Amino acid sequence: SCVHNDEVISQQRGNVTMKLLREQATVCCYAFECSSFLTNPITYGYMDGFDSAVQCVTVLYWVCDPQMIARGKNASDLFPAVVKNVACKNIEVKKLVYVYLVRYAEEQQDLALLSISTFQRGLKDPNQLIRASALRVLSSIRVTIIVPIMMLAIKEAASDMSPYVRKTAAHAIPKLYSLDPEQKDCLIEVIEKLLADKTTLVAGSVVMAFEEVCPERIDLIHKNYRKLCNLLIDVEEWGQVVIINMLTRYARTQFLNPNMNVSTTEATAIVKRKPYVMDPDHRLLLRNTKPLLQSRNAAVVMAVAQLYFHLAPKAEVGVIAKALVRLMRSHSEVQYVVLQNVATMSIKRRGMFEPYLKSFYIRSTDPTQIKVLKLEVLTNLANETNISTILREFQTYIKSNDKDFVAATIQAIGRCATNIGEVRDTCLNGLVQLLSNRDELVVAESVVVIKKLLQMQPEQHSDIIKHMAKLTDNIQVPMARASILWLIGEYCEHVPKIAPDVLRKMAKTFTNEEDIVKLQIINLAAKLYLTNSKQTKLLTQYVLNLAKYDQNYDIRDRARFIRQLIVPTDKSGALSKYAKKLFLALKPAPVLESPFKDRDHFQLGSLSHLLNAKAGGYQVLPDWPEAAPDPSVRNVEVKESVQTYPLHPPASDTASGSESGSGSEESGSGSESEESNEESESASEEDEEEEGKKKKKNVEKIKARKPVPESESDSQPNTIASVQVFDTICKPAWLYMQFLLNPPLPVSVPQTIIPSGNLKTYELLHRITGEGLSVEYCFSRQPFSPDPHMVAVKIQFTNSATSEAKSLHVEDAKLQSGMRIKEFPEIEVLPAGETISVVMGIDFCDSTQAANFQLCTHTRKFFVSIQPPVGELMMPIFMTENEFKKEQGQLMGMNEITEKLTLEEKCQGEHAVVQRVTTAANLSRVPCGSDKECRFAGKTVTSGSLVLVSVVTKEDGAAQLTVNCEKMVIGTMLVKDIHQALTQ
Amino acid sequence: MINSLFLINPSGEIFLEKHWKSVVSRSVCDYFLEAKEKALEPEDVPPVIHTPHHYLISIYRDKLFFLSVIQTEVPPLFVIEFLHRVAEMIQDYFGECSETVVKDHMVMVYELLEEMLDNGFPLATESNVLKEMIRPPTILRSVVNTLTGTSNVGDTLLTGQLSTIPWRRAGVRYTNNEAYFDVVEEIDAILDQSGTTVFAEIQGVVEACVKLSGMPDLTLSFMNPRLLDDVSFHPCVRYKLWESERVLSFIPPDGNFTLMTYHVNAQNLVAIPVYVKQSISFFECGSDGRLDVTVGPKQTMGKTVEGVMVTVHLPKTILSINLTATQGSYTYDNGTKLLVWDIGKLNPQKLPNLRGSLSLQAGAPKPEENPSLNIDLKIQQLAISGLKVNRLDMFGEKYKPFKGVKYITKAGKFQVRT
Repeated sequence: SCVHNDEVISQQRGNVTMKLLREQATVCCYAFECSSFLTNPITYGYMDGFDSAVQCVTVLYWVCDPQMIARGKNASDLFPAVVKNVACKNIEVKKLVYVYLVRYAEEQQDLALLSISTFQRGLKDPNQLIRASALRVLSSIRVTIIVPIMMLAIKEAASDMSPYVRKTAAHAIPKLYSLDPEQKDCLIEVIEKLLADKTTLVAGSVVMAFEEVCPERIDLIHKNYRKLCNLLIDVEEWGQVVIINMLTRYARTQFLNPNMNVSTTEATAIVKRKPYVMDPDHRLLLRNTKPLLQSRNAAVVMAVAQLYFHLAPKAEVGVIAKALVRLMRSHSEVQYVVLQNVATMSIKRRGMFEPYLKSFYIRSTDPTQIKVLKLEVLTNLANETNISTILREFQTYIKSNDKDFVAATIQAIGRCATNIGEVRDTCLNGLVQLLSNRDELVVAESVVVIKKLLQMQPEQHSDIIKHMAKLTDNIQVPMARASILWLIGEYCEHVPKIAPDVLRKMAKTFTNEEDIVKLQIINLAAKLYLTNSKQTKLLTQYVLNLAKYDQNYDIRDRARFIRQLIVPTDKSGALSKYAKKLFLALKPAPVLESPFKDRDHFQLGSLSHLLNAKAGGYQVLPDWPEAAPDPSVRNVEVKESVQTYPLHPPASDTASGSESGSGSEESGSGSESEESNEESESASEEDEEEEGKKKKKNVEKIKARKPVPESESDSQPNTIASVQVFDTICKPAWLYMQFLLNPPLPVSVPQTIIPSGNLKTYELLHRITGEGLSVEYCFSRQPFSPDPHMVAVKIQFTNSATSEAKSLHVEDAKLQSGMRIKEFPEIEVLPAGETISVVMGIDFCDSTQAANFQLCTHTRKFFVSIQPPVGELMMPIFMTENEFKKEQGQLMGMNEITEKLTLEEKCQGEHAVVQRVTTAANLSRVPCGSDKECRFAGKTVTSGSLVLVSVVTKEDGAAQLTVNCEKMVIGTMLVKDIHQALTQ
Repeated sequence: MINSLFLINPSGEIFLEKHWKSVVSRSVCDYFLEAKEKALEPEDVPPVIHTPHHYLISIYRDKLFFLSVIQTEVPPLFVIEFLHRVAEMIQDYFGECSETVVKDHMVMVYELLEEMLDNGFPLATESNVLKEMIRPPTILRSVVNTLTGTSNVGDTLLTGQLSTIPWRRAGVRYTNNEAYFDVVEEIDAILDQSGTTVFAEIQGVVEACVKLSGMPDLTLSFMNPRLLDDVSFHPCVRYKLWESERVLSFIPPDGNFTLMTYHVNAQNLVAIPVYVKQSISFFECGSDGRLDVTVGPKQTMGKTVEGVMVTVHLPKTILSINLTATQGSYTYDNGTKLLVWDIGKLNPQKLPNLRGSLSLQAGAPKPEENPSLNIDLKIQQLAISGLKVNRLDMFGEKYKPFKGVKYITKAGKFQVRT
């Protein structure tokens, strides 16, 4: 109880310190802004001792006022006066000082060091929130000299018992890295350690640190890959984005292309390939990310969408379309980014967006940039079947008042026409009609597009060319004029009479034309000279002479070059012979391509993809490997997970979603407890008397370590030393110690302990009844994360038949009222000879009634039922001795059941009692001063009613068992079970 | 990740700046202001701008620009989503998001921004966690603060961030325990001149206002969950239970929140509650035109259509208009050429009509396109898709809460082409 008092005191002190350091986390703000108010002499007077929050807030207001900022000057000379306030009691003043400190520390390094000790003290505080905020401030001070201190602080925090402090450590890593990149190697070690962390709180932050410091070290991910996949759904949304993007890159290096059979050309297909089988880890990633498509966060949805686009088999990519279309309802900025990505995707996988064609229809109220992107998508989606609908839609767009949008629509029509042969003539006619539009921009754009279309089949369209030739009189847009001139020049043979006339008119206006038009006039002249020199010789020379004296050197150059080429002189070189070939060569028709083509070599959803240029820090999305690297690198050794598992603070276990935890881990923890039990038993056999002392020694050890748990290396989790320490301590002491190191949080965070004792397995379906399928279950004693009111039942299927069993699932649950079942996800295939474990949750409503349901395979249905022993209807909770006594005092009378019993021979001694009780019921040990008494506490899973058990041992194996529980039925049954466990 | 944030008002004045890493000079905003000058409408400013040393990602919301400065690769949606959360947070704390409000609560906004990001990476964006650290202002509290010299910064241990359900704080107590759900459906539609539906769909959202003590565990089920084609959830909803049983099971955040949004699978068989008869014509000769719009009820499921409003962006060449409305009133802004006809309740016996003449600027050509009409409407006590909440069950707490469900149908992006 002495230890306990210490605990209370440090908790109280924590609260006081908390008040002082409470807002340390609030740092860097106002940074730049401080300067202005500090140069103001009136406010400067306050700095030495303003203690009223009102004053403080007033000052803060000035500080934040941008009008002040504008006049701001360097205020670093006030540093000493300000830093003095670092120990000020007022939180807001303190915050202001921190802000100032962080901003100016760089310029006043020596003075900044004075404040460091405040934070170092905070790092050792027993309160995890204080430790975290001290680290947050310390790591934000950009002074190189404290790099070693920061490094040390980060390393220590990375081993902290509190996941929140570890998260803060992960946040501090990129800060230190940007301050001193030479620390990279040390930081990678910390990252490696934090990557192994099993809590959702840390996962997102450490992957962020990984991406900023060492994204190339993909090898660090192997061992953590499966864990990250399994944690993903419970990680906070921002972390999810970062993890998913990183895992996309990882998967590209480790797995084979699921579409390789589809995409390989015939030549390679002949080479005999092994039939493609998807790596189960690849499947795991796809399966675990899919639910996140339902996230409310657009960034998460986009991250999953890009993951599916880059990694999923062709047939499965479709699922993302619906989610992306949903994002189109969101803010216009979100639409903008999503449409960019949809545009890229729709080129590669047109089919998946086709059903949503109408969602991309344009409204007159859409911003222009959204309209243009929607148009892009609609164009990409156009095919033979929907083109008529799309063209009809386009027709309404052409009437829009938004001219940029109209121009884009005309371009889009052009692209549809080139891509879909059937509608080329329709489109062309439509565009020709636009030539008589009143708006010049529309006409100009149409001309440009028609020019491109005509190049595909000029012979058939000489009338259109004639029509366009007439336009030169009216249309003024340079690009359109240039296009017309080029067309006439190129196809002058189709319009032999008009062409020279056009050149005549152009020669007249040559000097007034824009440069691009002039160039095309020269071009037209040259071509006509070569085909029809009789009529145009003089005109050409006239044009070339005008060009010779043009202001633009490009035009002068071009004129000189062309003259040499086409006009035969003595000096003209060998090239002039080929002039005709050069100018009148058949030119390939332009391909009207989407600007989004091939943009998918950038990872979708990235900034680089959006800009179509590599942004700083962008990690290239690697190509699939030819042969898959060794998949066994991702195997996690069971031993390792066992050793680290129990060392994690309780909060972490609930967070990690043990439901999806791998079977190996669970069985591993079972074997571990077996080991420790053996050890404890052998210890008790050695000398029963000495045992009491040993126990005390353990407690002393713990006590000695308690005040500064972080500073000692041997109390750090995951280190070998600590594992050894734990191995020597028997289980109850260990639970006790865990309690000490992790005082219960003030909020009711659901807590869990690992199961103690062996997990008893029950049979659900016998091999013979199940026709080769045998099913066993056990109560895993893990919290069932989808629903904390359910008991987790681990079900193990073994297929001993010769053929595979398919689609194993639960059906038709017949439950007592109030009871609920959370089925396991359907098992698609269980190959012959294989075993698979799944977890399902059952809410038994705190009763031992059986849950009846049908277990179905693809062929058969079996009626099965699961009946829980009363001890499995509860989950352990931590309590102090005082709390236990207090609660016990409130559960007297009817709620208390006492029974006298004689302990069985082997069961005498504290450890044996503890072991038997915790095997019989899922309870945790409550610390107790006397070694004659063992106490246990838990609460029922559904209603959360307290269950308190105490066993008082007397001489000669006599003992008294007391159970206090609000639910009398449970109490009675529990007494029976524990009685049986202790006496047999 | 996110380096700095600037808040800019429509006239281009920077009224708040905040840096989470080293300071970026505010001159970086010049690139943005340049783009803003070029854009005709604020919505046309590109959300992502590339400058020589930085990338600028901005959103336009509530007539304010939220501009963030980025230095390295980061998913643009990550930043955009975060900026919207900032705007929502301001809205949540102060009731509205505007320049005045931000300036009035400058200090608190700074404090909030400080907590939302650490080194540019989101730290606490859940409103419940933030409210535990920095209490929202109330009139009473500001009086008390002035008198006693205390501040809004909470001095209790902040534990929300440590919880496995960060969206709910511990120890919530209410005397009246109540849970209300609003099922709001919006019809997005495009109708063509003849009134045929070009495109129509229903988007819905379930808004919740939950004020329950303790740690209630709620289960909301629908009569016809099959209607829901695509859904997205608040993180509190247990997705797997939805997958298997089509029920929403969740431990709710405290207060107002959006539980889910959904899309109804109706395959274009969407009931359109109103029809619009319109004719807008401009005469070829002379600078004149006519406008005649009538709105009437169509498929209203026997309910009254309320809050009907017709908005028209008239062509830029319109000089003046002269209209008469048989019901409601119209306003016309000659600067923006925006015509708003506020009709109110739709009476099937006497259909509202708006007609009159439009005069064009002298010599201006006849407008190419007729302006499209945007319709607003509201129908109380009806979810147009037919979605119905079956029941709401509560576990984990013993008291009996008041429960309520309200249905509303609204027009979303409802446009009539003319």
